[in-house]
Amino acid sequence: MNEDHFDDNFHLARKKNFLELRARLIQNIRQYFINHNYLEVETPLRIPAPAPEEHIEAFSSADWFLQTSPELCMKRLLAAGYERIFQISHCFRQKERGEKHLPEFTMLEWYTLHADYFGLMNQCQDILCAVFRETGYEHEILFQNKKIVMAPPWERITVAEAFARFAHTDCESAIAADKFDEILVERIEPCLGVERPVFLYDYPTKYAALARTKKDNPRIAERFELYIGSLEIANGFSELTSAAEQRKRFGDAQKARAAKNCLMYPLPEKFLSALEKLPAAAGIAMGIDRLVMLLADTKCIDDVVAFTPETL
Amino acid sequence: MYTASDLRKGLRLKIDNEPYVIVEFNFVKPGKGQALYRCKLKNMITGSQFDRSFRSVDTFEPADLREKKMQYLYQEGNKYCFMDNETFEQVYLTDDQVGDNKNFMIDNLDVEILLFEDRPIGLSLPNFVELFVTEAEPWAKGDTVSGATKPVKVQTGYTIQVPTFISEGEKIRVDTRTGEYLTRVKG
Repeated sequence: MNEDHFDDNFHLARKKNFLELRARLIQNIRQYFINHNYLEVETPLRIPAPAPEEHIEAFSSADWFLQTSPELCMKRLLAAGYERIFQISHCFRQKERGEKHLPEFTMLEWYTLHADYFGLMNQCQDILCAVFRETGYEHEILFQNKKIVMAPPWERITVAEAFARFAHTDCESAIAADKFDEILVERIEPCLGVERPVFLYDYPTKYAALARTKKDNPRIAERFELYIGSLEIANGFSELTSAAEQRKRFGDAQKARAAKNCLMYPLPEKFLSALEKLPAAAGIAMGIDRLVMLLADTKCIDDVVAFTPETL
Repeated sequence: MYTASDLRKGLRLKIDNEPYVIVEFNFVKPGKGQALYRCKLKNMITGSQFDRSFRSVDTFEPADLREKKMQYLYQEGNKYCFMDNETFEQVYLTDDQVGDNKNFMIDNLDVEILLFEDRPIGLSLPNFVELFVTEAEPWAKGDTVSGATKPVKVQTGYTIQVPTFISEGEKIRVDTRTGEYLTRVKG
């Protein structure tokens, strides 16, 4: 056996505890949804047209693409009357690699007809508390030397409040200066979910491509992000159900992508026509790898998957 | 040209006409937001450091750096002179640029001079050098405590901890990366 082999086996064997934890967590999540009458669905990983978003890059696969999220197919199922569905699948995003990012990662998504984002926040809280308890983490978790109390209710803070409180600036001027993401990542995220999980909600519509806007304010969308231990865990929203508005937003995103010479996708026409039949609904995407990182108390995503692109 | 996805620890870039090396690197990205490439950059001439976040559309010029084998000749004031043994070209480095390396630099030592756009900005030494001990307390017979050390001075003026049996006039091998004694050189 040469040294490389020895090294490979050593690194894989060392991950055993975390991979067992990962398997247990996924099994408990699946069981929770089954117990709550959610239908597990499988949608194709390879699709002809991902949702055009300004900052998400799909891999091409022959003349199609690998999904960046199962969102579009799952919403077509919703529109056809499937009221409660969930899926655990791999998603692929080009150029995303770092301590907290893998270009191929595992996402849990679930969708519920006749729900909205506030109901979804409550549900998210219930699900994670129950699943963590089943997995052996009740009441609190220890993450990077900090104790995070899981007992509900979790904190809720609007994006506007967070900019004022943690960055001492207002969200509008951050957007005008094209500094929204920098401030969010560098000054706000480190303060989020440190003592208990927090929902950051009411995003500027510009940052919520597939979410419904608030009835009384079209500039704010009903979108939230869940943060635990400064980690972005999940993104949920009340679904935008206006096909015309969605078509316009996709068009804007395509223009922005074209201006940056990004890979161009055709419009997902079948999804857009399904939207016309979609009643009010809410859906959420949750990073499974990040959840395992929390429970395993590691800051590196490489530790919670058997293989990374670099080890293949 | 480098693009943001080439950024990683150790990469050397030219920024505002100066060479920088990335000493810390982190990729961050809000799920729906733009990717940010957070770097701690160190100026390879002045040593000063700063943090900066780049975006995926940013591009970077590689720093034109190369190493050239030269021989250390002599020190004059706060300048150190090196010569290319093939072309006989001579270059100078300042005290600051040489830094702690001077502790291990003996005449005629082969070193690698780091050139930025053909200007010398630093050097790297061989990992091991052999130095004469010029000042040492005599070995007290009977001092047999294993692992006991004493300070001695070597020919460059550097003071180093060595085992007690080393005496004046002997040659020792030193690791230039740690500055520590390795072994006595016989003969």
